Amino acid sequence: METTVISKATKRTGPVLFADYKRGDGIKKALQMRRDNVLLEVRESKLKGRGGAGFPTATKWMLTAAATCPEKFLVCNADEGEPGTFKDRVLLLEYPELVFDGMVIGGYTIGAKQGIVYLRGEYEYMLKSLEDYLEQMRKDNLLGKNILGVEGFDYDITIRLGAGAYVCGEETALIESLEGHRGESRNRPPYPVNTGYNGRPTSVNNVETLASIPHIMMRGGEWFATMGTDKSTGSKLFSISGDCSKPGVYELRWGATIRDILKLVDAQDTKAVQVGGASGFCIPESQFDRQLSYEDTSTGGSIMIFNKKRNMLSVLKNFMEFFVEESCGQCTPCRIGNVKLLEGVEMIEKNEFTFEYIKNLKELGKSMQIASKCGLGQSSPNSFISILENFNDEIFNTNRNGGSK
Amino acid sequence: MSTEKDTRAPKAQQSHTIKKPETEGTIGGTISIEINEKKLTVPLGTTILEACKQNQIHVPTLCHHDDLCIAGVCRVCVVEVEGMRTLQASCAFPITAPIKVKTSTPEVRKARRHIIDLMLSEHYGECYSCIRNGNCELQSLAKEYGVDGYTFGHVDKPTYEIDNSSYSVIRDMSKCILCKRCVRTCIDLQEVGVLEAIDRGDKTHISTFLDKPLADVICINCGQCINRCPTAALRANDPSDEIWNAIDDPKKHVVIQTAPSPRAAIGEEFGLEAGHSMTFQLNTALKRIGFDAVFDTNFTADLTIIEEGTELIIRLKKALVDKDPTIKLPQFTSCSPGWVKYLEHFYPEYIDNLSSAKSPQQMFGALIKTYYAEKMGIDPADVVSVAVMPCSAKKFECNRPEMTDSGFKDVDFGLTTREAAKMIKEAGIYLPEMPKTHFDSPFGDASGAGLIFGATGGVMEAALRSVVEFILGVKVESVFENANIIPVRGFEGIKYVELPLGDKVGPVPDLLKPIVSNWDWLKGATLKIAVVHGTANAKKVMDDIKAGGKFSECHFIEFMACPGGCLGGGGQPIPTSLEIRKLRAKAIYDEDAELDVRKSHENKHVLRIYEEFIKDGPCSHLSHKLLHTHYTKRGKFMA
Repeated sequence: METTVISKATKRTGPVLFADYKRGDGIKKALQMRRDNVLLEVRESKLKGRGGAGFPTATKWMLTAAATCPEKFLVCNADEGEPGTFKDRVLLLEYPELVFDGMVIGGYTIGAKQGIVYLRGEYEYMLKSLEDYLEQMRKDNLLGKNILGVEGFDYDITIRLGAGAYVCGEETALIESLEGHRGESRNRPPYPVNTGYNGRPTSVNNVETLASIPHIMMRGGEWFATMGTDKSTGSKLFSISGDCSKPGVYELRWGATIRDILKLVDAQDTKAVQVGGASGFCIPESQFDRQLSYEDTSTGGSIMIFNKKRNMLSVLKNFMEFFVEESCGQCTPCRIGNVKLLEGVEMIEKNEFTFEYIKNLKELGKSMQIASKCGLGQSSPNSFISILENFNDEIFNTNRNGGSK
Repeated sequence: MSTEKDTRAPKAQQSHTIKKPETEGTIGGTISIEINEKKLTVPLGTTILEACKQNQIHVPTLCHHDDLCIAGVCRVCVVEVEGMRTLQASCAFPITAPIKVKTSTPEVRKARRHIIDLMLSEHYGECYSCIRNGNCELQSLAKEYGVDGYTFGHVDKPTYEIDNSSYSVIRDMSKCILCKRCVRTCIDLQEVGVLEAIDRGDKTHISTFLDKPLADVICINCGQCINRCPTAALRANDPSDEIWNAIDDPKKHVVIQTAPSPRAAIGEEFGLEAGHSMTFQLNTALKRIGFDAVFDTNFTADLTIIEEGTELIIRLKKALVDKDPTIKLPQFTSCSPGWVKYLEHFYPEYIDNLSSAKSPQQMFGALIKTYYAEKMGIDPADVVSVAVMPCSAKKFECNRPEMTDSGFKDVDFGLTTREAAKMIKEAGIYLPEMPKTHFDSPFGDASGAGLIFGATGGVMEAALRSVVEFILGVKVESVFENANIIPVRGFEGIKYVELPLGDKVGPVPDLLKPIVSNWDWLKGATLKIAVVHGTANAKKVMDDIKAGGKFSECHFIEFMACPGGCLGGGGQPIPTSLEIRKLRAKAIYDEDAELDVRKSHENKHVLRIYEEFIKDGPCSHLSHKLLHTHYTKRGKFMA
């Protein structure tokens, strides 16, 4: 495999994650505190899961900490597979100290003895450097027994590789995969905080969520909560790609508008912005003043920019092909529903459709959103519905006769 | 003993089998909920589906099956839970909070209809040419939800080639809707693990190891997957056309034996409630559709008891008196062909523990083409021997190359209960209205001991009824009331019983005199036996034996591949459930209680076989030639 080393030639800057941090400092600070005080600090920060779902991190940790079981796990979800997302890659390559320190602090807080990084199969090229990094941490007693002299706090981190399935980014499918099974989501409840890896209480956190923790430790939850909006505190990494001259990973406070982003990356003639990857929503120009936040356009970080030369139907087709292939195949709405949505796109492409059938498919999409077993099928119709609605004119009227009926 | 962790079921399907609370107190009392604005109190941990069932609220299901662990994959049973963003699969949602549920909102109904439409869009085949027409859960759902067209299209070509490599089970994956009941049956209920979903997305399908034909993998042919398939994606290999040809051929003498389990269940195929035994009506029906003679498999079940019991006594004597280290104990029963193949694949090092006695079906086959043909003056080449069995594995068994001791194929066709019912219907006969007739000579009606072979524990009970009388020289009724040996009955997965024989032994009966001269060596001994049904339970017992646990101390163990024994076999009417199996068992035990002859060694026709034909007695040379067999160490890896 080709090895890509991203150099730190141009120093990244940002309010939280890309700010200065010295390895181990967050751990030292946390270990001087009682576990429940660490939890309070995280709660005060109002930090929410950065994978996209936005579950409050403090609540997840509290539930895991409260579970009565001698063995618990903290899993770092590094199965970064959402199309258009590459922020975790940057964190793991350039800021491993944040991720691993966050994992140690999380382990201390919930009472875990083992942390597991579930690393995306395609990121295998990082494995060696991450392993070396962990080895160094062990030497410095940031991992291992009685960490930094805290009697009884034994904690270590292992890295496990995924095998390439998108669905394994879903926490219960990830756990199935960790256990060596086929990557399929589980029924919930019970939730992983009670019954997770090997049936033990498990907190599954995104790379970016964990990376925020050391900074929260160092500068306090209150400081973190001053940034962003009321319901979306702190900052967010955005993986920006598509039609712009400065694509890349940017750290912004929550609450920036789409227009701000476009300006930042110098995007011209923008027609549409897909927020949240293939499973997200497609925003037309008329809505570019919308905010990036959990309460408005929630995203795990993927921002794809399309200029006026792009064919939105092709964009949609690309997304639907992705879901047809990446559905785990266990539940009916997702397995067959996505196929039907893709067929619908192809019908429009060939101009062989009826508006009634397309309406049926949108209704089907809504059923998929509420009846699918996991987040994959629940979010896969988002682009279908939003692209057909927001670009109705382009898709059905421009350069075509408006369908057969 | 196997722990929970050893189970091979994928966690997504197995990890949270929601245990039904036995009593209100077990996992924390009860909880008040609301379903459709009706206030209810249910035990904590009850699923929404269970709660609905208990309160006469119908929720449609498809991937759910009472015998199986929870999957929650078809999504047909979704309901609305107040406060939750998405609909919840009621089969997989344990109630642990005072929730409010609605089972029929517009969103719920629309989602269900969409799901059914989607399944129909990928389900190949027309109902009228389908073996499950009229008994298909997808068809019923389509009807229930008023499906009047293929909203999202319909496949017009088969998507997969039919796998008819197996003598027992045919897989037609074009009809599969991926409910994974077969996977859960194979991996979790039976712990065989032949079937699993492979690939993902729209390419997901149920497959065998390396997509090999079923005949080339470690399938034990138990057919439990057929019983639980909601469509016709899995079905038995049906020989009825060939049987009709034989019936229609005037040169052929076509005989049929009927096993007790089909008789206790075939009424279900004619719309009767489970638990009506149709033994004597079936005799009439089979004669009317053209069989030349109808025999009772229980006859050779009685013979099996004599042969297998004798074999056990020989083993015990060699092990206990002669101290022969080559003798393998415990002796395992060998009448369940699914179990036999399971052992050959998974524990091949134990095949010497299997009784060499053939199953009743195969003993009968060997006798029909020798003793019977000779007695009737018919060329055995012209005899076609059919067996109505509750079993799909019997089809494989009669095709084993070693089952030709009569000089011909001992049993030509194994016919399932379902297929027998189909033939009867095809002949225009409504079985429940048939007059009753007895079995044909020279085998006649058999004993109740043979009859109860159909239920788990039955072989053991039949054996004990004879062994107790042989050894103790007293009536079994003096030891067990009405000769009902209750400790070995019932549906518990593994039963272990110790029987102290005491110090008083009886005289050796004539039949066994060539084998033993007295019973003194058994004085004070304790007979240790076990009864096991379902291969998942068999696995536990075998692992215990391997580890030298208490089951390795047993003398005799009854194993049945199917849950409930033969009455829960893979050839039985669909659907199946614990309640249905219990009713079938009751029908069998009730019929036994009515009979005058209830012990194998009191069956006059069996004794006549030893007088007229196998003159040197049980386990003698001729007996070994016709009534015993050998097994193959198959292992898990097949070329």
